[in-house]
Amino acid sequence: MANRDAQGYPVILLTFVVAYVLAVLPLPVWLQWARPDWVAITLIYWCIALPQRVGIAAGLLLGIGLDVLEGAVLGQNAFALVVVALLSRMLYQRMRVYSLWQQAGVVFILVGINQLICQWVQNIEGVSVLPRLFLLPALSSALLWPVVLHSLRNLRRYYQVS
Amino acid sequence: MLLAAVIVVGLIVADLHYNKLQAARAMLDTLASPIFWIANLPTRLGEWSTTHIQSTSQLLEENERLRRENLVLQGRSQQMASLQGENVRLRKLLNSSALLRDDVLVAELVGVSPDPERLQLVLNKGERDGVFVGQPLIDADGLMGQIVEVSSGTSRALLITDVTHSVPVQVNRNGVRAIAEGTGELGSLEVRHVSSTTDIQKGDLLVTSGLGGRFPEGYPVAVVTEVERDLGEPFARVLAVPSAALDRTRHVLLVFTARPTQEN
Repeated sequence: MANRDAQGYPVILLTFVVAYVLAVLPLPVWLQWARPDWVAITLIYWCIALPQRVGIAAGLLLGIGLDVLEGAVLGQNAFALVVVALLSRMLYQRMRVYSLWQQAGVVFILVGINQLICQWVQNIEGVSVLPRLFLLPALSSALLWPVVLHSLRNLRRYYQVS
Repeated sequence: MLLAAVIVVGLIVADLHYNKLQAARAMLDTLASPIFWIANLPTRLGEWSTTHIQSTSQLLEENERLRRENLVLQGRSQQMASLQGENVRLRKLLNSSALLRDDVLVAELVGVSPDPERLQLVLNKGERDGVFVGQPLIDADGLMGQIVEVSSGTSRALLITDVTHSVPVQVNRNGVRAIAEGTGELGSLEVRHVSSTTDIQKGDLLVTSGLGGRFPEGYPVAVVTEVERDLGEPFARVLAVPSAALDRTRHVLLVFTARPTQEN
């Protein structure tokens, strides 16, 4: 068991680093609004797959990291990702028996909540001006969910992270 | 859960209302720079391949073109020297302070803020190179923004079109002063509080006025594209397009103002 743990954490960490890189990858302007929330969907996956290991604390730390990368108010993404982690841990038993597209629907809602919280904090700060497209990342995240699910699941099984 | 909630709310309040987290942010920014470096690899590879995989004829052609361009610029700068001398003499006659040349530092873009509502750039020069908070940023065509965060090896700049950014400007044609605010969209600035009778027209060049002490005087900021005078409104609506190529530039210049500006 101890051996497995030692093997598991680097893999989980690596997926989050990849998610960070994808989150700041330069995109053309017209695509920027539709950038999937990579960190949030990776977090959702690990919360569903390994709820005993990845949870609210992970959401908090990841969120602070993302705030630094985005130059956002410290705590904005941390707040959003803590809520996402909490909800996905509440839903994980149901999520596991859902079909792929039902799961994608839940992911849409979770990432939507994430975006909504970020919008609130930005409104408090006075940054937000064009909120018309803020749900687009939720849509793109939901559409990418099957891909993310399969690749992360294969990765997890290959390295036997449990 | 409760602990997480307290931490999160505490962080937001602390960062928004008290600037106590600057040091921590600078440290975390340093930790974050490898991620920007990796994310930037594809672009770098693309640039590398375009510069290294080029035929000789293309290179010769480019060399020839640059030579011609250089000649033209040198020709212009000859005239510039005499004009500058004349300017200094005239300024002396007027008893006003002389214009000083500013030093610049070339920095490279290593990242852009992933959040489309936050128009920020990450640059590869930091505290080590003498970059400071509030330092103006320009490109070949005009003012781009200012530095808002500095860590040891990188810094973060806010663009002039961000909603939280304003810059004091004047119309180059007649010296009318105004404030140009960002709109949150990359290609547009709004000149605020211009009364309906002010002499400002479509096509006017706006340059930094130097008021406020943050930006040096005389850098082009934007060109007015739309002036809407509605008599029912107290102010005219004036829109302008930034002169700098905010979304295309990869190399930017950090300006060290000749006279050190007082911090805040």
